[in-house]
Order: sequence, then structure tokens, then C-alpha cells
Amino acid sequence: MTPPNDQHAPEMHVTSERFSENARHALDDKVLQGGLFIFAKGFTALREIGISQVPEFGDMRDRARDVKNHVLENLGDYLKQFEERVIANGGRVHWARNASEANEIIGRLCAEVNAKTVVKSKSMVTEELELNPHLEKQGIEVFESDLGEYIIQLRKEKPFHIVGPALHLTKEQVSDTFYEAHQRYGRTEKVTEKEALVREARIVLRERFKQADVGITGANFLVAETGSIALVTNEGNADLSATLPKHHIAVTGIEKIVPTLEDLGLFLRLLPRSALGLDTANYLSLYTGPKRDSDPDGPETFDIVLVDNGRSDMLGSEFQDMLRCIRCGACLNGCPVFTSVGGQAYGSVYSGPMGAVWTPALAGITHAANLPNASTFCGKCEEVCPVRIPLPNLMRHWREREFEKHYTPTGQRWGMGAWRWIAGKPALYRLASSMGGRVLRAMARKGWVKKLPGFAGGWTEMRDLKAPEGGSFLEQYEKGRRS
Amino acid sequence: MAKVGLFVTCIVNTMRPEIGFASLKLLEQAGFEAEVPRDQTCCGQPNMNGGDKAGAKDLALRLAKLYAPYDYVVVPSGSCAGTIRTHYPDFFDESDAEGERVRALAAKTWELTSFLTDVAGMKEVEARFDGALAYHDSCAGLRELKVKQQPRTLLKSVEGLELKDLPDAEVCCGFGGLFCVKYPDVSGEMVRKKLADIEGTEARAVAMGDAGCMLNIEGALARKGSDIKVWHVAEVLAGLAK
Repeated sequence: MTPPNDQHAPEMHVTSERFSENARHALDDKVLQGGLFIFAKGFTALREIGISQVPEFGDMRDRARDVKNHVLENLGDYLKQFEERVIANGGRVHWARNASEANEIIGRLCAEVNAKTVVKSKSMVTEELELNPHLEKQGIEVFESDLGEYIIQLRKEKPFHIVGPALHLTKEQVSDTFYEAHQRYGRTEKVTEKEALVREARIVLRERFKQADVGITGANFLVAETGSIALVTNEGNADLSATLPKHHIAVTGIEKIVPTLEDLGLFLRLLPRSALGLDTANYLSLYTGPKRDSDPDGPETFDIVLVDNGRSDMLGSEFQDMLRCIRCGACLNGCPVFTSVGGQAYGSVYSGPMGAVWTPALAGITHAANLPNASTFCGKCEEVCPVRIPLPNLMRHWREREFEKHYTPTGQRWGMGAWRWIAGKPALYRLASSMGGRVLRAMARKGWVKKLPGFAGGWTEMRDLKAPEGGSFLEQYEKGRRS
Repeated sequence: MAKVGLFVTCIVNTMRPEIGFASLKLLEQAGFEAEVPRDQTCCGQPNMNGGDKAGAKDLALRLAKLYAPYDYVVVPSGSCAGTIRTHYPDFFDESDAEGERVRALAAKTWELTSFLTDVAGMKEVEARFDGALAYHDSCAGLRELKVKQQPRTLLKSVEGLELKDLPDAEVCCGFGGLFCVKYPDVSGEMVRKKLADIEGTEARAVAMGDAGCMLNIEGALARKGSDIKVWHVAEVLAGLAK
């Protein structure tokens, strides 16, 4: 997609090469598996109940898809309109072609106001950019304020899930983490109960909000007609991040735009329902420019950093549909692979089906080939996607890119070539299928093959193979058998 | 009378020929004379899903030519029927004349139980099966072809058969073609969950519409030493399941 050595090429660090190893590790983790079981059952049920109350949900999904498609066809115009409105409202817009540029811009904005402390609300784009280590290198202390993000920040982990970053952890694990991390604030008593843990995080974080020079948020949506950013949260921490510090920086991707406030209404109905089955999130806030003279409070500066980082390369490509994504996480919650191994196994901040399409676009297919391959194409993700992204098809397109570039493993590539050749020669195909059956019968003990060689050994690692009885269908049919 | 061409699929041809004969029997019961073109091979699904678009396209054209003489093409597999019906048309641009034949093939291709009920109007079969049976919805049939009620309608007409509700019947069993050999651990976990759900129904057998899922589920049951039987829905409907 991107020419090599392009200094503005998208950047994202991943460890997706180790997917199989990570997955094995996750499958052996009893605590994680227990959580995943509840997660898989619970989130699917929540969504189903939530959408069953909205008979027009299907129509809403069609409309949302159409709005997003329209925006993508006119993205430049809408971004220009958005920028003009932001400036008219007294804010500033900064354009970042990739992660380095975005981090440099945000770092500079923080340096300009001599920021020592930054408080953040949850933003997957800043995870994608690896903004926190960048700011820390500049000597700035960065505090995540979404409870889940805060926990994984303390534990130095990557998010488990785009909506619930710490869903994989138990309260015991969180208790240990808090006990260790909060000593420095004079909290030496170990708390173990859920409510007490939340209370403690609130007390600790409240001080960080007060102390912060800059608040960094993401943006769920950008409204072109008003130059507003929309934030959807359940904890209210984004509102504190956006209003308490003197400076507010919002960081998001260029694809998050919607044309009007009316369009925004549609997406605000879809997002919480798809994510958690909720009819609305606890906090839906619009921010439109810095504090005006007539306002009693609010930030003095309002900066928006719009990040490309591979998105414009997807535009006009076979991956364009992916840019409709509103990050609800429904495809993760429904995915049988995600709910077996969890988010961390993917080695990317974007996991599950949406991550399997998004990650290769940002990190390159060479590094992320496992993700679009680690799918059975069961289609559950497409079934639940609120903006009807054909996720299996998009994963398939990545496999095509991989094949075109000769990255597909040699054995598989050779196998597919041989298969296509045999399938083009029916007599040979009939012979090969008859022979195949005979070989399996010879290998079987009491009708079952217990161990297969080479690549096929993956099958018998987990299961037996029942050898066929009698000749192939075509062989028997040719001999006159009809029923 | 309308001519039906049965496409038996690779797995049925090599691994489970009985499913092909069961399909012929059912088509006959539905009032159709079905033929099996001897030169049939693969629909190209492995190539399509492996990123080899050109290979898949070649095989699509081949199949379209082979089945041109038939009014209907019936497939005892949701994923092979889905490849032909749902994916083949995407291989060619609208304007591509070569694609015309393939689009015609896609339009006349049906998954077996969907053909029997939606096209042939069959409401019951002449078959017997003694005991409780669970039904698993194979993914491609369910989501690409909307096969859901069709097999259940017919299964309910089988004498002696008690159809059990399988919890999470719509959740993938972990087969996924090459997926199960490339990611055996993840696939193994997925089928483990499927087995637990099947065992929970206390049915003595489980049926489904795709031979790939069958090999996976029966292989995992065998490894576990379970005596739960796995049948293709066609075998049950044709009275071949014991």
C-alpha cells in the first residue's frame, strides 16, 4: 500500500508474529479463561437484549453505513469544513500524517504550555501512536483516567479490548496493582472489594485531574457542521479531562467525521447498544472550541490533532469499508477466536476482527499476517457490525495481498497451486481422491487416524480423523450406485 | 422436468460418500432426477480463502461450464454452496462477459436443505431416527445463505426423532478450513466448547450441514472417547443415520 522508505508511512508497533505462541499462553491461563467465558456469554446477551428493544435497528445500521460511505466519498470536503468551524470557534486543528508526526505535534503543544502533568481519557488512537512513552521521554507525567486504561497503564500492559481495556483482569489482580502503585500517595492499606477499589482510583485520580496542565482525550465523532468533537463515556472521566485542565488536546483519526448533529444522533444510538446493549452511554458530551469569555470555566486552548497514519491509504482501496468502523467492539465480543484467546494474543492495540483488518493497514501485512489468517470466516463479526463492514471479506483481501506479495507460507502456496492444478484435471482429481481415501484407510486403526504427518499434523494435535469407508463417491457413482 | 446437477464437494467425495448418496435419495423424494457430472472437482473455496484469487476464478469458470446444462445445482454443504452463490459473483466485474456464466451458476445454486424446502416445497421426509438429536448451524450456510429453519423443519418430520436445542448452536465449531491446522490450539479450544454444549443436550447424536464441521466435531469427540454420533443432516433426512 505504501511505498517503501516513505517517511510518512503509517507506523504502529505490533507483536502479531507471535500470535500462535501468545494464543497458547492465553489458553493455558486459567484465570483469563474464566473471565473470557463470562465475557463471551455476557456481552453477547447484553447486545441481543439491547437491540431487541429497537425494532428499527436494522434500518439504523443501513443508514449509518450510508452516512459513513457518503463521508468517505467526500472526506476532504468534510475535513475542510470541520477545520474551518473549529478555527471559527477559536480552536486549532493539526494534521499528522503518521504516528511520529502526531506525537511530535502533541509533544510540542505540551511543551508550549510547559506541561508537567497530563491527564488522559481513553483513546485507542493514542494507544496506536504510543503517545504515552513519547510524552514521558519529554519528562511529562501521564495519567490515564479511564479506570480500565489506568489499571493497564499501572501494569504496563496493552489494552485487552478496544472498549474494555482491563476486562481480562480480576479484582484480585487489580487489588495487587493498586496496593503497589498507590503507596506513593500514602495509601498503604490494601483494599480488595470492587467498590472500594473504584473509590480508591477515584480519590487518586481526582488529584491528578486537579494537578494536570493538559487534558488529552480522543473523539468518538467529529461533527463537520459545528466543528464539535463528541465523547461517549461511562465514567465521566473524559469530561473531567476535557474541562478541568487549562488545555485540551483531542486526538483522533480522520475517519471519525460525521456531517451533521442529526447524523451524530444516529451514531449515538448505535454505539452504546452495539458495545454493551445500552440505550445510551452515561455521558455524551460535545466540545466546541475553548472557553468563551462568557463561560464560567473550560479550557483556554482547544487543539485537535487529526491523525492519518495509514487511513488515507485505505481510502479508495479494497479496505475502504473498514474506515466506517465506530470502535464499538461488537465484533470482538461476538468473535469465537477473540473470546478464546483474548485481546493481548493479537499483539496489536486493535484486536479481534476489526483489528485483523486494521492492523495490517497500519503495521504492514508482513508483520500482521497472522491476524487476518486467524479467522474461520464464521461471519459473526459482519452479522453484528453496526455499520455493516464485511469483515470476513476484508480479511480475505489481506490474504490476497499476502499471496500477491509471496508472503503466504511456501507450503501453503505450493499446496494451493497443486490443488488448483489437480482440480483442473478431473481424471487426475478422481484418482487422487480415491488414492487419498485408500491412504487414510491404511493409516487408520479401527477406522480412525490418530496421527497425520507434516502440515496436516495440526489436525491430529487436537482430534482424530475418521477414515473414509469404501471408495470415493465418484468411484462408486461410476460403478452405478445411485442411493 | 427441471434438471438438477448435484455437486458433491471434495470432502463428501473423498471422506463421506454416503452424504452424496443421501442427497440423491432426498432429491428423488422431492421429485427430481439428479445427476452427478463425473468431471466435477473443487469449487475453489480453499484458493479463495487462501488469497489465490486467480486460482479460485479459474475453478469458478470451470464449474460454471460443467453445470451449464442444469436448471439447478444442489450442494450438500453450506460453505461450498455459499462460495458459489455468494462469492463467485464478486470474482468478476459486472461488465465482465466471462462472468456472465458464473453469475448464472450462482443464481441457480442451492444448499441441499434450502433447495428441498424453499424450492421443492418439501415439508416432510420419509425417514426414521430413534432418539434425541442436536443440530449445529454451520456458519457459512447460516450466515451466507440464511439456512436456519429449513433443516429443522425437515428434521422435525423424521419419525422417532426428538430435536434438541443446542445452546450456542450458531457459534463456530473451530473448523475454518486451513484455520484448524494452522492454529490448532485455538481451533481445539473452539471445538472443546462446542463438544461441551453438545454433551449438555444429552442428545445421542448431533447433525449439521457441512462435512468440514462434521470431521472436526466427530474427530474431537473420538479423541475424547465420546460415543455421541455425528451425522450430516442429509444422512438423517434420508434415513441413513442409525
